[in-house]
Amino acid sequence: MEIFDHLALGFSVAFTFQNLFYCFIGVLLGTLIGVLPGLGPVPTIAMLLPITFGLPPVSALIMLAGIYYGAQYGGSTTAILINLPGESSSVVTAIDGYQMARQGRAGAALATAALGSFFAGSVATFLLAVFAPPLAEIALKFGPPEYFSLMVLGLVASVSLASGSVVKALAMVVLGILLGLSGQDVYTGTPRFTFDIVELADGIEFVALAMGLFGLVEIIRNLEDEHTRTVMVQKVQGLMLSKEDFKRIIAPVLRGTILGSFLGILPGGGAMLSSFASYSVEKRVSKYPQQFGKGAIEGVAGPESANNAGAQTSFIPMLTLGIPSNPVMALMIGALIIQGIVPGPNVVNEQPNLFWGIIASMWIGNFMLVVLNLPLIGIWVRLLTVPYHILFPLIIGFCCIGVYSVNNNVYDVYAMAAFGVFGYLLVKLDCEPAPLLLGFIIGPMLEEYLRRAMLISRGDPSVFVTRPLSAVMLGIAVLALTLVLLPSVRKKREEAFKE
Amino acid sequence: MGRFVRSPKDVVTGLLLIFLGAWFAWLGSDLPIGRAIRMGPGYFPLVLCGILAALGLIILLTGLAFGGDAEADEDARRIAIPWQGLALITLSVVVFGLAVRPLGLGPAMGLAVFISAAASRRFSLRSGALMAAIMVAFAWAVFIKGLGLPLPMLGPWLGGY
Repeated sequence: MEIFDHLALGFSVAFTFQNLFYCFIGVLLGTLIGVLPGLGPVPTIAMLLPITFGLPPVSALIMLAGIYYGAQYGGSTTAILINLPGESSSVVTAIDGYQMARQGRAGAALATAALGSFFAGSVATFLLAVFAPPLAEIALKFGPPEYFSLMVLGLVASVSLASGSVVKALAMVVLGILLGLSGQDVYTGTPRFTFDIVELADGIEFVALAMGLFGLVEIIRNLEDEHTRTVMVQKVQGLMLSKEDFKRIIAPVLRGTILGSFLGILPGGGAMLSSFASYSVEKRVSKYPQQFGKGAIEGVAGPESANNAGAQTSFIPMLTLGIPSNPVMALMIGALIIQGIVPGPNVVNEQPNLFWGIIASMWIGNFMLVVLNLPLIGIWVRLLTVPYHILFPLIIGFCCIGVYSVNNNVYDVYAMAAFGVFGYLLVKLDCEPAPLLLGFIIGPMLEEYLRRAMLISRGDPSVFVTRPLSAVMLGIAVLALTLVLLPSVRKKREEAFKE
Repeated sequence: MGRFVRSPKDVVTGLLLIFLGAWFAWLGSDLPIGRAIRMGPGYFPLVLCGILAALGLIILLTGLAFGGDAEADEDARRIAIPWQGLALITLSVVVFGLAVRPLGLGPAMGLAVFISAAASRRFSLRSGALMAAIMVAFAWAVFIKGLGLPLPMLGPWLGGY
C-alpha cells in the first residue's frame, strides 16, 4: 500500500525533535488562545506569520496547523466549565456542556469532548491522507479555465455558506480581490493602486491586512463592552465515563465525525458550521430530545467531534487545490507563499515531506492535546482570570512588531492601522471581513488564470462554458447562488443560523 | 431617518461600496485596459469595480425599499461605539510606526503598549507603565535575542545606530 509508505515518510518528518517541538508549541498556543475569549486562531496565526520566516516550511506549517486544531480543544474547555465559549465553534458545546457541569458532571463532559475530538481528529486526518492525493491528481489536469471556474466556485460557495447577507459577502469578496491586485502587474510590471509610494510597490502586505482586519478589529469590538469577567469554576471531578455514558456517545461521535469531515471540505465550512449542523442533527435523532439544553451528553459529543473533524478536513482543499475554505486556511496559504512554495496540486508531489509531515503531525498533535488537556485543566482555567485590559495592549505590541518585521517597512504598520479602522467600519455595517480576506488571497491567482484562459481561447469568453469541467463548476456556483437568494431558502437559512 | 430610508445601515453600505468602486476605477484610470484576448493591467480591476458598484447599488436599493433586520439594528444601536478606544488603538499603532525608525524598537514598543492600554476604562498610569516595561523586556528577549531580528533597541535619535 502506497499510503503506508507516505505515512511512514510523514511520521519520520514529524517525529524529528524540531518538528515535535513546534507541534507542541502550536497545540499549546492553540489551547491557550482557545481558552482565552477574545483571542481567536485567526489573529494569533496572523501575529505568528512573521516569526515563521526563519523556520523551515514544514515546521512553520506544523505549528500553525497545531494552533488551529488546538484552539478547538481549548474553546470547548471554557465553554463547558464557565459557559464562555472561547471559540465560535464551541458555542453549541456551551449549551449542554455547561448544564452538565452545573449538575456536577463537568468531568464527564470534558472527557466526552476530549475523546470525541480525538476520535474525530484521527478519522478526519486519515480521510485527508486517503483523499488528498487523488484529488490533487485530478487537479493537475486542470487548465486555466478550469482553475478560474474552480476559484469562482470556491468563493461563491464560501459566501453562500457564511452567515449574514449574501450580497454584502459577495461585495466583500470583490473588494478583497481588488485590494489583492495592488502592486505590480505580473505581466507588464505596471504598478497598480500604489499611490506612487515606492514602499507599496509590492502591493498591500497580507500580514498587515489580516492583523488589521482581525486582530485590531477584535480588540476594538471587545472595548465596546468591557465587563468584569466573573469566573465561577465548577469543580472538576470524575473524568471517567460511565458505561451508560459511553454507550450514549458512540453514535453521536460517529455522526459528528462524518458530518464534520464532509462540511469541513466545503468552502466556507470548517469547524463552526460543522458543530452547529451536528447539534441540530443530534437533537432531531435523539431518543430524548427534551434533555437537550438541560445537559444531554449527546449535545457535547456530536458537536465536539464535528468541529474537530471539520477543522481537520478543511485542510484538504487548501493542500490539494491551493484554495482556502476559511480565513485560517487563507493564512496558511499566505504562510506557504511567504516560504516560497506555490500552493496548489503540485505540493503533494513536489513537497512530499511537507505534505505528509503536516498530516502525520496532526495525529501527534491530537494525541498531545488529549494528554495536555485533561490533566492540566486547572491551569487553563486559572488563565481565564487574566483580565482583558492586561491582555490586549500586549496583543497590540505583538501585532506592531510582527507586522513591522515582515519587511522592516513602516508603511505596513500604517496599513495595519488603516485596515483596523476600515474593518471596524465594515463590521458596524454588518459586512464580515472574512470573505474579504479570501478574496485578497485568491485575487491575484484568479486574474492570472482569467488572463491565461482568455489568451488560449483567443479572447472568446465562451471557453468557460464549452469545457465540460469548467461548465459544471460554474453551473454549481450559479445554482448555489440562486438557491441562497431564493426567498424561501433564504428564510430557512436565516432560521438555521439563528438556531 | 426619513420614511424613504428603511435601513440606514444598508444605505450607508451601498453608498460606501459604490464610492469604493468609483474610487478604484479612478485610481486605475491610467492603466492600459487592452482587449479580452490580451488583457492589460487595467482590464480585470475595471470589471471588478463595475461588479462592486453594482452590488453596492443593489444593497442601496434594498436598504431604501426593505427594512432589513430591525430588531438587530435596534440591538446594535444600543452599543455605543468606543470612540476613545478606536482612536487610541489606532494612534498606538501609528505611533509605533513613526517611532520605530528614529527611536528604536524599545521606545516604540513601550509607547504603543502604553497608549493602547489607555484605551481601557480600567487603565491606570502604574499598570500601563508596568505592562509597557514587561513588553519591552519581552520583545528584547524574544525578538532580538531569541529570533535575532535585525532591529536596534535604541534608534539613532537616542544614541543607537
